[in-house]
This record gives sequence, C-alpha cells and structure tokens, in this order.
Amino acid sequence: MTVLDKRGAFAPDGAGDPVIEVRGLRMRYGSRDALSGVDFTVRRGEVITLLGPNGAGKSTTIEILEGFRLRSAGEVWVLGVDPAKGDERWRARIGVVLQSWRDHGRWRVRDLLAHLGSYYRPYATPERERPHDVDELIETVGLAEQAEQRLVSLSGGQRRRLDVAIGLVGRPELLFLDEPTAGFDPQARRDFHDLVHRLSDLEDTTILLATHDLAEAEQLADRILILAAGLVVADGSADQLARQVAGQAEVRWSRHGERFVHATPDATGFVRELFAQYGDEVADLEVRRASLEDTYMAIAHRHERAELEAVSAR
Amino acid sequence: MRPAVHTARLGLARGWTETRHSLTSPQDLGWNVFVVTVFVVVLLLQRNAKVDGSTLPLAMLTLPSILGMWVAVAGYSGAAGTLAAEREDGTLLRAKAVPQGMVGYLVGRIVSLSLITLFMLVIILVAGLLLLPDLATAGGSGWLVLLWVAALGLLATLPWGAVIGSLVRSPNSAFGLTMLPLIALTAISGIFYPISALPGWVQEVAQVFPIYWLGLGIRSALLPDAAAVLEISGSWRHLETALVLGSWAVAGLLIAPPVLRRMARRESGSAMEVRRQQHLQRTP
Repeated sequence: MTVLDKRGAFAPDGAGDPVIEVRGLRMRYGSRDALSGVDFTVRRGEVITLLGPNGAGKSTTIEILEGFRLRSAGEVWVLGVDPAKGDERWRARIGVVLQSWRDHGRWRVRDLLAHLGSYYRPYATPERERPHDVDELIETVGLAEQAEQRLVSLSGGQRRRLDVAIGLVGRPELLFLDEPTAGFDPQARRDFHDLVHRLSDLEDTTILLATHDLAEAEQLADRILILAAGLVVADGSADQLARQVAGQAEVRWSRHGERFVHATPDATGFVRELFAQYGDEVADLEVRRASLEDTYMAIAHRHERAELEAVSAR
Repeated sequence: MRPAVHTARLGLARGWTETRHSLTSPQDLGWNVFVVTVFVVVLLLQRNAKVDGSTLPLAMLTLPSILGMWVAVAGYSGAAGTLAAEREDGTLLRAKAVPQGMVGYLVGRIVSLSLITLFMLVIILVAGLLLLPDLATAGGSGWLVLLWVAALGLLATLPWGAVIGSLVRSPNSAFGLTMLPLIALTAISGIFYPISALPGWVQEVAQVFPIYWLGLGIRSALLPDAAAVLEISGSWRHLETALVLGSWAVAGLLIAPPVLRRMARRESGSAMEVRRQQHLQRTP
C-alpha cells in the first residue's frame, strides 16, 4: 500500500484504509457530461450504495472503477491503483457482478464456477486463499440443487445468484454490484440482502452497490451516496441523509376537533411551544421525520429541475 | 506456478469443454449433419461426370476441394460469428472480469474451433471415401500434407475471422461479412469445378486468397500425382501454397492482437446492454 502512503492528503481518518478514492471524476460523451466532478471515498469493510435515478451516472461510475471504461478527467484510486492501469494482479483482488444474460448457456453451474475460479489460483495469498471453495459458494448462494444444471435451464433469479457467485469466486477484497436485484422476486431479494450482510461481516469484503431502489439502499448500506445529474449530491447514512438534507419534520395535531399540520426544522421546540400555548387542548399529536424517500425525492427533483433549467437556458 | 503456463492450461481445458459442448449439442450436430448431407449430395451428383481431358470423376476433385473450403469457412465465418455472438451475449465481458480471462478465452476458442473443424473434416472425408473408395490411395505422406495444409489454412484464416468478429456490431453482420465473400471466392477458386474453366484474370484474383490454395493443397494430398496436370502450370505448387497461406497467417497474426485488444478494452456492461437491446429489437 505504498502508493496510498505517498498521498498523505487522502490519509485515513479513523475507520479502515481507503479502498476507493474518487476526486473530481468527469466523464464526457460527446458534448454531454455524464459525470461532472464526482468525489467520494470508500473505506475497507464498508458497504456503500450508489443511489440515483436512471441515467444519473451510476453505471458509468462503477465501470470506471472496475477498469472497464476510461474516464475523461479526475483522479481515481481503487485498492491503491489507477483502474485505467490496473494489471491482472489488481484485477484478481476485485469482484464484478455482471448483469449476465445468456453467456455460457451450455456450461453446467459447477463447471463454470470451477473454471472461472481457477484463474484466481496464482493470486492466492496467505491471508486470502483463492479461489473460493466452489461447493461452499454454490451452497451460499442457494444453487446447490442446480449445481449440475446447464445455465440455459436456470431461471432469471437463479442466473443472477450465479452472477453473484461468479463475482465472489476469487474472494475479492472489493466487490462491485450494479443493480444486483433487478428482476428478483421478494424472497430472492431478501436472500440476496442476507448474503451481502454476511459477506461484509465474515469476509471483510468492501462492497459498492449501485441501485435505483431506495428500500434496498436503506437495507444494505452503511453509507449512501446519492448521484444526480452527474454529481454526488448527498453522502451519509440513511439517518443522516434524512436529517441533513430535508431537515424538516412534520408535526400534526388537533385542537377542538380541527386538524393542523406544520413543517419545522425543530420539532421538539415547536411542540414545547405548542403545549405552552394550548396545554391540554392539544390532541392526536404526531411527529414525523422526513423519510429517506422524502429526502431522495427532494434531492432528485431539485437536481432534475436545475438540469432542465440549464438545458433550456442554452 | 507461472501465470502464463497456468492460463494456457486453463485455455486448453476451456477449449476442450467447449468442444464437448458443441459435439453433444443437438443444435450444432443438426447443423453439421445438414452440411455433410449437402456435400454428399453434391458428390453424388458429380459421381458420373468426368473431368475434361481426363478419366477422373469430377467428384474426386471436388471432395478434397470441399475439405479445403471448409477450413476457410471455419476460420473466417466460425471465428467471426462466434466472437460477435459472444461479445453480444456477455461471454467476453465475463472473461474480461477475471484475471487473464481474455487470454484463456482466446486460447479456448482457438482450440475448440480447431478441434471442431478437424472433426468436420474427418466426417466429410469419411462420408466422401465411402462414395469414392479410390481416393483412399493416398499414402502416409498424403495425410501429412493434408495436416499441414489444414493447419496452415486455419492460421491463415482464423485471425482474420477474429478481426471481423471484433469490428462488427452484431452476429448477423459477422455472418454477412464473411459468408458473402466466402461464397464469391468459392465460386472462383476451383472448388466445385476445375479453375482452368475460368478466364485468366479470374484465376489471378482467386490465387490471391487462401481458399484456392487450401483446395489445391488438399487435392495434392489426396489425389494421385498424375492429377497435377489438371492444375495451373501442371504442378501441385507446394512452395507457393506454403508461401501464400503463410503470408496471410503472418499478416493476420500481426493485425489480430491489436484489434482484439482494442475490442476487449471497449467491452463494458453498458456496451453489452446496448447490444442486448438491439438484439431484443431484432427478434421480437
């Protein structure tokens, strides 16, 4: 990790070492900016969700970090290496869960996992044995009954679980997931979320996951980054985001049968006032903090509006 | 464990698995049976026709020529089609995501395409020999010539197939871009009738491309030496065969790696998603 040590400016402040560092990341397609200056840091062992509407630049960001796409500008470090120059040794430390479609249709589940896993064998270290035990992995993702089936015969959900297994077969230190549960039924989603929790707890795997699904972000993430119009517009835990960005709570009450609603940044103070003024007359009191959904909608809308105005101004 | 050796071994294993899959797939087997049937019908139709100025049945010239043509079909169309299809379906992206995966993929594909071609050559040859038992007179040296011509022919065509497969946008265009020129070249390369029947300038054009030389080389392997009088300049021209096929091979092996690298660099999930959408639109 000598590379990281040299750059004292990004030195860790508390938690684990930085696994991903992004500074001023830009991506231009023709005259359109898909990413216009993205900054964030991910530390070892964190589960980070990249949340944003479709077209916000989530996939682009992930593909740049995976080394699958060259950025237009900015600094990017993944496991201490610039992904644009990552060699095979670097590649072996990273797991990518692809949205597969119909590749390797004739292969059997166990054969394919064993084959792809073998590529990682030369990169085993004393701390991290590579690849994963294939049968154990098949068990973990719940495909034990399908182990001898050909991939063409798998259902969509089974196929996605195999995608996850393939992403994990090299025991990655860092795992990328792009819309991992698209097309899952609720049970499969639940199982998948359990799997992500287990991975980060047991294997100390750092996970970066892109989704446009709020509930999923809230469920899985230690920290959520909201991406809108090519920028990180919010960064924090689900709780922090709800406070920091919307900041407003909604107070509802009734007096003499009449109902009232008031939005305020200081719910406690407002309620104290309320009782001081009306005492026992206050009934049906309810204080509701803005949910992540409210926050997200507020942020996404604000940035979409700004984007639209910028476009119409041109 | 040396990584390069390790990867080569994985590529070989992969090639063998893919070969097994293809040889046991009803779809592929159906296609192979269809191709062999077509060739057998052609040979049956030509069985009683004699080559002008000779007592040889035309079918005896056609069988080795078909073998030569098939090497080119497999090299160009097989490689281009597979690569285009596997870019579209995400096999290549998968390979790119694992360390040394692209190298393993390519070694695997070269191995499986070669083995499947060899399998087809044997099937066509066996079917042909049942119809034309006289051909079986080729001695050990004949089989050796067959092997080196087929191997060099694959080397001369496969890299070019891979280049086409890397550049096209869809498997359909890979098919069109290889099959149409192949049909045209086959028509002028003396595969289904002697090239001497064609005008001189057409013969010149045909001799630039590998198909003519593949046909000639395999005819020289399987036919009696006396049959050489039917060829251009009355000789089997082994040296020229090696030179032309060798030049195509060297050029292809120089051009293919950078084109493949560029293609591999551009593979990404979103590029694949775009192709997937296009595919879904093509096949409602």
